[in-house]
Amino acid sequence: MAGTPLQIERDASPEPKLSIVDVLVDSLKRWVASVQDYSFLSARSVKNLATGPRYFQDTLDQMDDIGVGSLPIVLISGFFIGAVMVLQTGSQFTRFGQAALTGDIVAIALVRELGPTLTGILVAGRCSSGIASELGSMLVTEQVDAMRAMGTDPSRKLITPRVLATVLVLPLLTALNDFVGLLGGCVASVFSLRLGAVEFWTRAIKALDFADLMQGFTKPMVYGFILATVGCYKGLNVRGGTQGVGRATTQAVVLASVMIIAADLFLTKLALYLGDKLF
Amino acid sequence: MTPAAATATTNAGPAVVFDNVYLGFDEGDILRGVSFSVPARETLVLLGETGTGKTLTLKLATGLLKPTRGSVSVLGQEVSIMSERELLHLRERIGFVFQEGALFDSMTVGENVAYRLREEHVKEEEIEPRVNEALQFVELEHTADQLPSELSGGMRRRVSIARALINRPDIVLYDSPTAGLDPITSQTIISLILRLRDVYGVTALMATQRLQDGFALANFSFDKETKHVVRANPAKGAKDGQIAAATRFIVYKDGRIYFEGDPQELSGTKDPYLRRFLV
Repeated sequence: MAGTPLQIERDASPEPKLSIVDVLVDSLKRWVASVQDYSFLSARSVKNLATGPRYFQDTLDQMDDIGVGSLPIVLISGFFIGAVMVLQTGSQFTRFGQAALTGDIVAIALVRELGPTLTGILVAGRCSSGIASELGSMLVTEQVDAMRAMGTDPSRKLITPRVLATVLVLPLLTALNDFVGLLGGCVASVFSLRLGAVEFWTRAIKALDFADLMQGFTKPMVYGFILATVGCYKGLNVRGGTQGVGRATTQAVVLASVMIIAADLFLTKLALYLGDKLF
Repeated sequence: MTPAAATATTNAGPAVVFDNVYLGFDEGDILRGVSFSVPARETLVLLGETGTGKTLTLKLATGLLKPTRGSVSVLGQEVSIMSERELLHLRERIGFVFQEGALFDSMTVGENVAYRLREEHVKEEEIEPRVNEALQFVELEHTADQLPSELSGGMRRRVSIARALINRPDIVLYDSPTAGLDPITSQTIISLILRLRDVYGVTALMATQRLQDGFALANFSFDKETKHVVRANPAKGAKDGQIAAATRFIVYKDGRIYFEGDPQELSGTKDPYLRRFLV
Protein backbone atom coordinates (compact mmCIF):
# COMPACT_ATOMS: atom_id res chain seq x y z
CA MET A 1 0.00 0.00 0.00
CA ALA A 2 1.26 3.44 -0.84
CA GLY A 3 2.49 5.49 2.10
CA THR A 4 3.29 2.52 4.37
CA PRO A 5 6.81 1.92 5.65
CA LEU A 6 7.02 -1.25 3.57
CA GLN A 7 6.37 0.53 0.34
CA ILE A 8 9.30 0.39 -2.03
CA GLU A 9 9.72 3.68 -3.76
CA ARG A 10 10.89 3.33 -7.33
CA ASP A 11 13.44 5.71 -8.73
CA ALA A 12 11.64 8.28 -10.84
CA SER A 13 14.28 8.25 -13.59
CA PRO A 14 13.75 5.21 -15.82
CA GLU A 15 16.68 2.87 -16.35
CA PRO A 16 18.16 3.16 -19.83
CA LYS A 17 16.73 0.38 -21.99
CA LEU A 18 19.21 -1.92 -23.64
CA SER A 19 18.42 -3.32 -27.04
CA ILE A 20 19.08 -6.97 -27.91
CA VAL A 21 21.91 -5.83 -30.16
CA ASP A 22 23.57 -3.97 -27.24
CA VAL A 23 23.31 -7.07 -25.04
CA LEU A 24 24.75 -9.30 -27.79
CA VAL A 25 27.60 -6.87 -28.53
CA ASP A 26 28.37 -6.66 -24.80
CA SER A 27 28.45 -10.44 -24.45
CA LEU A 28 30.64 -10.77 -27.53
CA LYS A 29 33.07 -8.18 -26.17
CA ARG A 30 33.28 -10.01 -22.84
CA TRP A 31 33.82 -13.32 -24.63
CA VAL A 32 36.60 -11.87 -26.83
CA ALA A 33 38.23 -10.34 -23.71
CA SER A 34 38.08 -13.74 -21.95
CA VAL A 35 39.64 -15.51 -24.94
CA GLN A 36 42.37 -12.86 -25.01
CA ASP A 37 43.06 -13.22 -21.26
CA TYR A 38 43.11 -17.01 -21.54
CA SER A 39 45.51 -16.82 -24.50
CA PHE A 40 47.84 -14.49 -22.58
CA LEU A 41 47.81 -16.78 -19.54
CA SER A 42 48.53 -19.83 -21.71
CA ALA A 43 51.33 -18.10 -23.60
CA ARG A 44 52.85 -16.86 -20.34
CA SER A 45 52.80 -20.34 -18.81
CA VAL A 46 55.00 -21.53 -21.70
CA LYS A 47 57.17 -18.40 -21.88
CA ASN A 48 58.05 -18.75 -18.19
CA LEU A 49 59.90 -21.99 -19.03
CA ALA A 50 62.51 -20.02 -20.94
CA THR A 51 63.65 -17.85 -18.03
CA GLY A 52 64.09 -18.22 -14.27
CA PRO A 53 63.13 -18.52 -11.54
CA ARG A 54 61.86 -22.07 -12.08
CA TYR A 55 60.03 -24.10 -9.47
CA PHE A 56 61.14 -27.72 -9.95
CA GLN A 57 59.95 -28.89 -6.54
CA ASP A 58 56.50 -27.41 -7.15
CA THR A 59 56.40 -29.16 -10.55
CA LEU A 60 57.30 -32.51 -8.93
CA ASP A 61 54.67 -31.98 -6.24
CA GLN A 62 52.07 -31.28 -8.91
CA MET A 63 53.15 -34.34 -10.93
CA ASP A 64 52.64 -36.42 -7.80
CA ASP A 65 49.27 -34.86 -7.08
CA ILE A 66 47.95 -34.91 -10.65
CA GLY A 67 49.66 -38.09 -11.87
CA VAL A 68 49.72 -40.46 -8.91
CA GLY A 69 46.52 -38.98 -7.49
CA SER A 70 44.61 -39.64 -10.72
CA LEU A 71 45.88 -43.22 -11.15
CA PRO A 72 42.98 -45.03 -9.39
CA ILE A 73 40.21 -43.35 -11.41
CA VAL A 74 42.13 -43.73 -14.68
CA LEU A 75 42.94 -47.42 -14.13
CA ILE A 76 39.50 -48.46 -12.89
CA SER A 77 37.72 -46.57 -15.68
CA GLY A 78 40.17 -47.86 -18.31
CA PHE A 79 39.59 -51.49 -17.30
CA PHE A 80 35.82 -51.28 -17.57
CA ILE A 81 35.86 -49.23 -20.79
CA GLY A 82 38.06 -51.87 -22.45
CA ALA A 83 35.76 -54.66 -21.25
CA VAL A 84 32.59 -52.87 -22.41
CA MET A 85 34.15 -52.20 -25.82
CA VAL A 86 34.87 -55.88 -26.27
CA LEU A 87 31.32 -56.81 -25.31
CA GLN A 88 29.80 -54.26 -27.69
CA THR A 89 32.04 -54.90 -30.70
CA GLY A 90 32.28 -58.63 -30.03
CA SER A 91 28.50 -59.11 -30.18
CA GLN A 92 28.46 -57.53 -33.66
CA PHE A 93 31.53 -59.38 -34.99
CA THR A 94 30.20 -62.72 -33.73
CA ARG A 95 27.19 -62.33 -36.01
CA PHE A 96 29.57 -62.35 -38.99
CA GLY A 97 31.86 -65.03 -37.55
CA GLN A 98 34.69 -62.53 -37.10
CA ALA A 99 34.98 -62.43 -33.29
CA ALA A 100 38.76 -62.63 -33.58
CA LEU A 101 38.81 -59.05 -35.00
CA THR A 102 37.70 -57.74 -31.63
CA GLY A 103 41.29 -57.34 -30.40
CA ASP A 104 42.20 -55.22 -33.46
CA ILE A 105 39.27 -52.88 -33.07
CA VAL A 106 39.59 -52.45 -29.34
CA ALA A 107 43.34 -51.74 -29.58
CA ILE A 108 42.96 -49.14 -32.32
CA ALA A 109 39.98 -47.44 -30.68
CA LEU A 110 41.64 -47.35 -27.27
CA VAL A 111 45.06 -46.16 -28.33
CA ARG A 112 43.95 -43.63 -30.95
CA GLU A 113 40.84 -42.24 -29.41
CA LEU A 114 39.27 -43.51 -26.23
CA GLY A 115 42.42 -43.74 -24.12
CA PRO A 116 43.61 -40.15 -24.64
CA THR A 117 40.17 -38.53 -24.67
CA LEU A 118 38.70 -40.38 -21.71
CA THR A 119 41.88 -39.93 -19.68
CA GLY A 120 41.79 -36.23 -20.55
CA ILE A 121 38.17 -35.87 -19.49
CA LEU A 122 38.65 -37.93 -16.30
CA VAL A 123 41.71 -35.92 -15.26
CA ALA A 124 39.90 -32.69 -16.21
CA GLY A 125 37.09 -33.70 -13.86
CA ARG A 126 39.52 -34.25 -11.05
CA CYS A 127 42.30 -31.74 -11.68
CA SER A 128 40.80 -28.76 -13.57
CA SER A 129 38.32 -28.48 -10.73
CA GLY A 130 41.05 -28.98 -8.14
CA ILE A 131 43.31 -26.36 -9.72
CA ALA A 132 40.44 -23.88 -10.12
CA SER A 133 39.24 -24.28 -6.54
CA GLU A 134 42.75 -24.14 -5.07
CA LEU A 135 43.79 -21.03 -6.99
CA GLY A 136 40.35 -19.46 -6.55
CA SER A 137 40.52 -19.95 -2.77
CA MET A 138 44.03 -18.49 -2.75
CA LEU A 139 42.76 -15.49 -4.68
CA VAL A 140 39.80 -14.73 -2.40
CA THR A 141 41.90 -15.13 0.76
CA GLU A 142 44.51 -12.71 -0.68
CA GLN A 143 47.21 -15.39 -0.79
CA VAL A 144 47.91 -14.55 -4.45
CA ASP A 145 48.31 -10.87 -3.52
CA ALA A 146 50.51 -11.88 -0.59
CA MET A 147 52.68 -13.85 -3.01
CA ARG A 148 53.02 -10.82 -5.30
CA ALA A 149 53.66 -8.56 -2.31
CA MET A 150 56.57 -10.83 -1.33
CA GLY A 151 58.19 -10.54 -4.73
CA THR A 152 56.97 -13.79 -6.31
CA ASP A 153 55.42 -13.92 -9.77
CA PRO A 154 52.25 -16.07 -9.32
CA SER A 155 52.31 -17.14 -12.96
CA ARG A 156 55.72 -18.76 -12.41
CA LYS A 157 54.94 -20.22 -9.00
CA LEU A 158 51.34 -21.32 -9.54
CA ILE A 159 50.59 -21.69 -13.26
CA THR A 160 53.71 -22.99 -14.99
CA PRO A 161 54.38 -25.90 -12.58
CA ARG A 162 50.76 -27.08 -12.92
CA VAL A 163 50.77 -26.81 -16.72
CA LEU A 164 54.15 -28.52 -17.10
CA ALA A 165 53.23 -31.29 -14.65
CA THR A 166 49.94 -32.02 -16.41
CA VAL A 167 51.51 -32.02 -19.89
CA LEU A 168 54.15 -34.50 -18.69
CA VAL A 169 51.94 -36.90 -16.73
CA LEU A 170 48.90 -37.14 -18.99
CA PRO A 171 50.67 -39.23 -21.71
CA LEU A 172 51.89 -41.57 -18.95
CA LEU A 173 48.40 -41.90 -17.52
CA THR A 174 47.07 -42.50 -21.04
CA ALA A 175 49.61 -45.30 -21.60
CA LEU A 176 48.48 -46.98 -18.40
CA ASN A 177 44.83 -46.44 -19.31
CA ASP A 178 45.43 -48.06 -22.73
CA PHE A 179 47.19 -51.03 -21.17
CA VAL A 180 44.55 -51.59 -18.48
CA GLY A 181 41.82 -51.08 -21.08
CA LEU A 182 43.31 -53.86 -23.21
CA LEU A 183 43.56 -55.99 -20.08
CA GLY A 184 39.86 -55.42 -19.40
CA GLY A 185 39.12 -56.22 -23.04
CA CYS A 186 41.16 -59.40 -22.79
CA VAL A 187 39.28 -60.55 -19.67
CA ALA A 188 35.92 -59.84 -21.35
CA SER A 189 36.91 -61.59 -24.58
CA VAL A 190 38.16 -64.68 -22.73
CA PHE A 191 35.10 -65.05 -20.51
CA SER A 192 32.40 -63.71 -22.83
CA LEU A 193 33.54 -64.39 -26.40
CA ARG A 194 35.59 -67.50 -25.54
CA LEU A 195 38.62 -66.08 -27.39
CA GLY A 196 42.15 -67.05 -26.35
CA ALA A 197 44.10 -64.42 -24.36
CA VAL A 198 47.19 -64.93 -26.51
CA GLU A 199 45.18 -64.50 -29.71
CA PHE A 200 43.60 -61.31 -28.35
CA TRP A 201 46.93 -59.74 -27.38
CA THR A 202 48.68 -60.83 -30.57
CA ARG A 203 45.99 -59.29 -32.77
CA ALA A 204 45.77 -56.16 -30.60
CA ILE A 205 49.51 -55.49 -30.80
CA LYS A 206 49.74 -56.30 -34.52
CA ALA A 207 46.86 -53.93 -35.28
CA LEU A 208 48.78 -50.94 -33.97
CA ASP A 209 51.40 -49.09 -35.96
CA PHE A 210 53.70 -46.19 -35.13
CA ALA A 211 51.25 -43.54 -36.37
CA ASP A 212 48.64 -44.82 -33.91
CA LEU A 213 51.05 -44.51 -31.02
CA MET A 214 52.13 -41.03 -32.12
CA GLN A 215 48.50 -39.97 -32.26
CA GLY A 216 47.73 -41.64 -28.95
CA PHE A 217 50.53 -39.93 -27.06
CA THR A 218 50.48 -36.49 -28.71
CA LYS A 219 46.82 -35.89 -27.97
CA PRO A 220 47.15 -36.20 -24.17
CA MET A 221 49.91 -33.60 -24.14
CA VAL A 222 47.53 -31.09 -25.74
CA TYR A 223 44.70 -32.19 -23.45
CA GLY A 224 46.96 -31.76 -20.43
CA PHE A 225 47.79 -28.24 -21.53
CA ILE A 226 44.11 -27.44 -22.02
CA LEU A 227 42.88 -28.82 -18.70
CA ALA A 228 45.64 -27.17 -16.65
CA THR A 229 45.41 -23.73 -18.31
CA VAL A 230 41.60 -23.73 -18.11
CA GLY A 231 41.77 -24.65 -14.41
CA CYS A 232 44.33 -21.90 -13.74
CA TYR A 233 42.41 -19.31 -15.78
CA LYS A 234 39.11 -20.01 -14.06
CA GLY A 235 40.75 -20.11 -10.62
CA LEU A 236 42.61 -16.84 -11.04
CA ASN A 237 39.54 -15.04 -12.40
CA VAL A 238 37.19 -15.87 -9.55
CA ARG A 239 34.67 -13.14 -8.75
CA GLY A 240 32.27 -13.19 -5.84
CA GLY A 241 34.06 -14.86 -2.91
CA THR A 242 33.52 -18.48 -1.96
CA GLN A 243 30.38 -18.75 -4.10
CA GLY A 244 32.50 -17.63 -7.04
CA VAL A 245 35.02 -20.38 -6.26
CA GLY A 246 32.28 -23.00 -6.57
CA ARG A 247 31.11 -21.50 -9.85
CA ALA A 248 34.66 -21.36 -11.24
CA THR A 249 35.22 -25.00 -10.29
CA THR A 250 32.17 -26.16 -12.23
CA GLN A 251 32.98 -23.93 -15.18
CA ALA A 252 36.55 -25.22 -15.29
CA VAL A 253 35.44 -28.87 -15.60
CA VAL A 254 32.76 -28.14 -18.19
CA LEU A 255 34.96 -25.86 -20.29
CA ALA A 256 38.00 -28.15 -20.14
CA SER A 257 35.90 -31.21 -21.12
CA VAL A 258 34.24 -29.42 -24.05
CA MET A 259 37.57 -28.00 -25.23
CA ILE A 260 39.18 -31.46 -25.05
CA ILE A 261 36.40 -32.99 -27.16
CA ALA A 262 36.54 -30.11 -29.66
CA ALA A 263 40.34 -30.29 -29.85
CA ASP A 264 40.05 -34.04 -30.46
CA LEU A 265 38.34 -33.43 -33.82
CA PHE A 266 41.11 -31.19 -35.09
CA LEU A 267 43.91 -33.30 -33.64
CA THR A 268 42.46 -36.47 -35.19
CA LYS A 269 42.23 -34.83 -38.60
CA LEU A 270 45.79 -33.51 -38.28
CA ALA A 271 47.12 -36.85 -37.02
CA LEU A 272 45.49 -38.77 -39.88
CA TYR A 273 46.87 -36.29 -42.41
CA LEU A 274 50.38 -36.47 -40.96
CA GLY A 275 50.10 -40.25 -40.59
CA ASP A 276 49.41 -40.56 -44.32
CA LYS A 277 52.23 -38.19 -45.27
CA LEU A 278 54.95 -39.34 -42.89
CA PHE A 279 54.44 -43.00 -42.05
CA MET B 1 69.22 -7.65 13.08
CA THR B 2 70.48 -4.50 11.43
CA PRO B 3 67.87 -1.79 11.75
CA ALA B 4 66.09 -1.28 8.46
CA ALA B 5 66.16 2.41 9.23
CA ALA B 6 69.78 2.42 8.20
CA THR B 7 68.73 1.51 4.67
CA ALA B 8 65.68 3.72 4.72
CA THR B 9 67.57 6.80 5.73
CA THR B 10 70.03 6.33 2.89
CA ASN B 11 67.14 7.08 0.50
CA ALA B 12 66.98 10.82 0.05
CA GLY B 13 63.45 12.17 0.40
CA PRO B 14 60.24 10.64 1.67
CA ALA B 15 59.67 6.88 1.78
CA VAL B 16 56.20 7.03 0.19
CA VAL B 17 54.70 9.78 -1.99
CA PHE B 18 51.17 9.83 -3.44
CA ASP B 19 50.66 12.64 -5.94
CA ASN B 20 47.09 13.38 -7.06
CA VAL B 21 46.20 9.67 -7.21
CA TYR B 22 42.93 8.49 -8.71
CA LEU B 23 41.78 4.89 -8.72
CA GLY B 24 38.55 3.76 -10.29
CA PHE B 25 36.66 0.60 -11.17
CA ASP B 26 33.52 -0.05 -13.21
CA GLU B 27 31.36 1.47 -10.48
CA GLY B 28 33.32 4.76 -10.46
CA ASP B 29 36.32 6.40 -8.80
CA ILE B 30 37.17 5.13 -5.31
CA LEU B 31 40.17 7.40 -4.74
CA ARG B 32 39.88 10.96 -6.06
CA GLY B 33 43.03 13.05 -6.10
CA VAL B 34 44.81 11.67 -3.03
CA SER B 35 48.16 13.32 -2.25
CA PHE B 36 50.42 12.77 0.76
CA SER B 37 53.98 11.89 1.60
CA VAL B 38 55.46 9.78 4.39
CA PRO B 39 59.00 10.54 5.54
CA ALA B 40 61.28 7.64 6.54
CA ARG B 41 60.55 6.25 10.04
CA GLU B 42 57.17 7.96 10.18
CA THR B 43 53.95 6.04 10.86
CA LEU B 44 50.95 7.15 8.84
CA VAL B 45 47.56 6.01 10.12
CA LEU B 46 44.86 5.83 7.43
CA LEU B 47 41.42 6.19 8.97
CA GLY B 48 38.08 6.00 7.27
CA GLU B 49 34.83 4.17 6.95
CA THR B 50 34.59 0.86 5.09
CA GLY B 51 34.99 1.26 1.34
CA THR B 52 36.74 4.63 1.42
CA GLY B 53 39.91 3.25 -0.16
CA LYS B 54 42.28 2.56 2.76
CA THR B 55 43.22 -0.95 1.61
CA LEU B 56 43.46 0.25 -1.99
CA THR B 57 45.95 2.90 -0.86
CA LEU B 58 48.17 0.19 0.63
CA LYS B 59 47.85 -1.95 -2.50
CA LEU B 60 48.79 1.06 -4.64
CA ALA B 61 51.83 1.67 -2.43
CA THR B 62 53.14 -1.82 -3.11
CA GLY B 63 52.21 -1.80 -6.80
CA LEU B 64 49.54 -4.50 -6.49
CA LEU B 65 47.21 -1.98 -8.16
CA LYS B 66 47.98 0.79 -10.63
CA PRO B 67 46.40 4.24 -10.30
CA THR B 68 44.14 5.37 -13.12
CA ARG B 69 45.72 8.83 -12.75
CA GLY B 70 48.50 10.38 -10.70
CA SER B 71 51.74 8.86 -9.47
CA VAL B 72 52.88 6.73 -6.54
CA SER B 73 56.54 6.70 -5.52
CA VAL B 74 58.02 4.32 -2.97
CA LEU B 75 61.64 4.45 -1.78
CA GLY B 76 62.43 6.86 -4.59
CA GLN B 77 60.98 4.68 -7.36
CA GLU B 78 57.77 5.44 -9.21
CA VAL B 79 55.78 2.24 -8.76
CA SER B 80 52.89 3.46 -10.90
CA ILE B 81 54.96 3.13 -14.09
CA MET B 82 57.10 0.12 -13.16
CA SER B 83 56.64 -3.27 -14.83
CA GLU B 84 55.58 -6.26 -12.72
CA ARG B 85 59.10 -7.69 -12.99
CA GLU B 86 60.67 -4.47 -11.67
CA LEU B 87 58.08 -4.31 -8.92
CA LEU B 88 58.94 -7.83 -7.72
CA HIS B 89 62.42 -6.54 -6.77
CA LEU B 90 61.10 -3.41 -5.06
CA ARG B 91 58.59 -5.47 -3.06
CA GLU B 92 61.48 -7.32 -1.44
CA ARG B 93 61.96 -4.10 0.58
CA ILE B 94 58.30 -3.82 1.60
CA GLY B 95 56.44 -5.92 4.15
CA PHE B 96 52.66 -6.30 3.85
CA VAL B 97 50.45 -7.52 6.70
CA PHE B 98 47.09 -8.44 5.17
CA GLN B 99 43.80 -8.04 7.00
CA GLU B 100 43.21 -11.76 7.53
CA GLY B 101 46.91 -12.62 7.52
CA ALA B 102 46.81 -14.18 4.01
CA LEU B 103 49.04 -17.02 5.18
CA PHE B 104 49.62 -19.84 2.71
CA ASP B 105 47.31 -22.48 4.13
CA SER B 106 49.14 -25.44 2.61
CA MET B 107 52.41 -24.48 4.36
CA THR B 108 53.34 -24.66 8.02
CA VAL B 109 53.89 -21.49 10.05
CA GLY B 110 57.67 -21.94 9.76
CA GLU B 111 57.46 -22.38 5.98
CA ASN B 112 55.25 -19.30 5.72
CA VAL B 113 57.76 -17.19 7.61
CA ALA B 114 60.68 -18.67 5.65
CA TYR B 115 58.91 -18.22 2.30
CA ARG B 116 60.62 -14.99 1.34
CA LEU B 117 64.08 -16.23 2.30
CA ARG B 118 63.64 -19.41 0.23
CA GLU B 119 62.51 -17.28 -2.73
CA GLU B 120 65.71 -15.28 -2.35
CA HIS B 121 67.73 -18.55 -2.21
CA VAL B 122 69.12 -17.84 1.24
CA LYS B 123 71.15 -20.79 2.55
CA GLU B 124 69.07 -23.30 4.54
CA GLU B 125 71.39 -23.11 7.57
CA GLU B 126 70.76 -19.36 7.71
CA ILE B 127 66.99 -19.67 7.29
CA GLU B 128 66.21 -21.60 10.48
CA PRO B 129 67.75 -19.14 12.96
CA ARG B 130 66.15 -16.21 11.17
CA VAL B 131 62.73 -17.87 11.19
CA ASN B 132 63.14 -18.65 14.90
CA GLU B 133 64.16 -15.05 15.56
CA ALA B 134 61.11 -13.70 13.69
CA LEU B 135 58.77 -16.12 15.47
CA GLN B 136 60.34 -15.25 18.83
CA PHE B 137 59.69 -11.60 18.03
CA VAL B 138 55.97 -12.33 17.81
CA GLU B 139 56.23 -14.87 20.67
CA LEU B 140 55.06 -17.78 18.55
CA GLU B 141 58.21 -19.88 18.24
CA HIS B 142 56.32 -22.97 19.45
CA THR B 143 53.96 -22.88 16.43
CA ALA B 144 56.59 -23.35 13.70
CA ASP B 145 55.32 -26.82 12.73
CA GLN B 146 51.63 -26.01 12.92
CA LEU B 147 49.39 -25.19 9.97
CA PRO B 148 47.73 -21.74 9.84
CA SER B 149 44.31 -23.40 10.16
CA GLU B 150 45.34 -24.61 13.64
CA LEU B 151 45.95 -21.04 14.86
CA SER B 152 43.55 -18.42 16.20
CA GLY B 153 42.86 -15.21 14.24
CA GLY B 154 45.20 -13.18 16.44
CA MET B 155 48.00 -15.74 16.13
CA ARG B 156 47.62 -15.73 12.35
CA ARG B 157 48.08 -11.92 12.32
CA ARG B 158 51.19 -12.29 14.47
CA VAL B 159 52.62 -14.89 12.08
CA SER B 160 51.82 -12.49 9.26
CA ILE B 161 53.86 -9.80 11.05
CA ALA B 162 56.73 -12.27 11.48
CA ARG B 163 56.54 -13.09 7.76
CA ALA B 164 56.56 -9.39 6.88
CA LEU B 165 59.66 -8.60 8.96
CA ILE B 166 61.74 -11.67 8.03
CA ASN B 167 63.83 -9.87 5.41
CA ARG B 168 64.09 -6.61 7.35
CA PRO B 169 61.91 -4.41 5.14
CA ASP B 170 62.24 -0.64 4.98
CA ILE B 171 58.47 -0.15 4.89
CA VAL B 172 55.68 -2.20 6.45
CA LEU B 173 52.05 -1.82 5.35
CA TYR B 174 49.39 -2.97 7.80
CA ASP B 175 45.87 -3.56 6.51
CA SER B 176 43.46 -3.36 9.49
CA PRO B 177 45.73 -5.51 11.67
CA THR B 178 43.33 -5.53 14.61
CA ALA B 179 40.02 -5.85 12.74
CA GLY B 180 37.75 -8.44 14.30
CA LEU B 181 40.06 -9.17 17.24
CA ASP B 182 39.27 -8.94 20.94
CA PRO B 183 40.78 -5.95 22.86
CA ILE B 184 43.56 -7.98 24.51
CA THR B 185 44.72 -9.57 21.24
CA SER B 186 44.48 -6.16 19.54
CA GLN B 187 46.75 -4.74 22.22
CA THR B 188 49.27 -7.53 21.57
CA ILE B 189 49.26 -6.75 17.85
CA ILE B 190 49.73 -3.01 18.48
CA SER B 191 52.61 -3.77 20.87
CA LEU B 192 54.27 -5.79 18.11
CA ILE B 193 53.83 -2.93 15.64
CA LEU B 194 55.39 -0.59 18.20
CA ARG B 195 58.32 -2.95 18.71
CA LEU B 196 58.81 -3.31 14.97
CA ARG B 197 58.81 0.48 14.61
CA ASP B 198 61.05 1.27 17.57
CA VAL B 199 63.47 -1.66 17.34
CA TYR B 200 63.93 -1.80 13.58
CA GLY B 201 62.90 1.76 12.72
CA VAL B 202 60.59 0.86 9.85
CA THR B 203 58.36 3.33 8.05
CA ALA B 204 54.74 2.23 8.39
CA LEU B 205 51.36 2.81 6.79
CA MET B 206 48.48 1.42 8.81
CA ALA B 207 44.92 1.28 7.51
CA THR B 208 42.43 0.97 10.34
CA GLN B 209 38.93 1.83 11.48
CA ARG B 210 40.00 1.91 15.13
CA LEU B 211 41.24 5.32 16.21
CA GLN B 212 42.61 3.92 19.47
CA ASP B 213 45.16 1.88 17.49
CA GLY B 214 46.49 5.08 15.93
CA PHE B 215 46.62 6.88 19.27
CA ALA B 216 48.42 3.92 20.83
CA LEU B 217 51.12 4.21 18.17
CA ALA B 218 51.36 7.96 18.79
CA ASN B 219 51.39 7.86 22.58
CA PHE B 220 53.45 4.76 23.37
CA SER B 221 56.85 3.46 22.44
CA PHE B 222 58.88 0.30 22.97
CA ASP B 223 61.72 0.72 25.44
CA LYS B 224 64.64 -1.36 24.19
CA GLU B 225 66.30 -1.43 27.62
CA THR B 226 63.36 -2.59 29.72
CA LYS B 227 61.77 -4.41 26.75
CA HIS B 228 58.40 -2.98 27.69
CA VAL B 229 55.87 -0.73 26.02
CA VAL B 230 56.00 2.63 27.81
CA ARG B 231 54.33 6.02 27.39
CA ALA B 232 56.26 7.93 24.72
CA ASN B 233 58.71 10.46 26.09
CA PRO B 234 60.12 12.67 23.31
CA ALA B 235 62.43 14.43 25.80
CA LYS B 236 64.17 11.13 26.65
CA GLY B 237 64.58 10.30 22.96
CA ALA B 238 66.10 13.71 22.29
CA LYS B 239 68.47 13.27 25.24
CA ASP B 240 69.61 9.90 23.82
CA GLY B 241 70.20 11.50 20.44
CA GLN B 242 67.24 9.69 18.89
CA ILE B 243 64.30 11.22 17.09
CA ALA B 244 60.97 9.94 18.38
CA ALA B 245 59.02 8.10 15.67
CA ALA B 246 56.35 10.50 14.40
CA THR B 247 52.75 9.43 13.89
CA ARG B 248 50.39 11.25 11.58
CA PHE B 249 46.76 10.67 10.69
CA ILE B 250 44.89 10.84 7.42
CA VAL B 251 41.11 10.52 7.39
CA TYR B 252 39.41 9.55 4.13
CA LYS B 253 35.92 10.59 3.17
CA ASP B 254 34.34 9.87 -0.21
CA GLY B 255 37.68 8.94 -1.71
CA ARG B 256 39.37 12.20 -0.73
CA ILE B 257 41.60 13.20 2.16
CA TYR B 258 39.27 14.90 4.63
CA PHE B 259 41.83 15.47 7.37
CA GLU B 260 45.60 15.28 7.63
CA GLY B 261 47.44 16.08 10.81
CA ASP B 262 49.04 14.94 14.04
CA PRO B 263 47.27 13.20 16.95
CA GLN B 264 46.84 16.46 18.92
CA GLU B 265 45.08 18.16 16.00
CA LEU B 266 42.78 15.18 15.53
CA SER B 267 41.92 14.79 19.21
CA GLY B 268 41.19 18.53 19.51
CA THR B 269 39.02 18.75 16.42
CA LYS B 270 35.51 20.25 16.53
CA ASP B 271 34.57 18.83 13.11
CA PRO B 272 31.37 16.74 13.48
CA TYR B 273 32.52 14.07 11.00
CA LEU B 274 35.89 13.62 12.70
CA ARG B 275 34.24 13.65 16.13
CA ARG B 276 32.42 10.47 15.09
CA PHE B 277 35.77 8.66 15.05
CA LEU B 278 36.64 9.99 18.50
CA VAL B 279 33.55 8.59 20.22
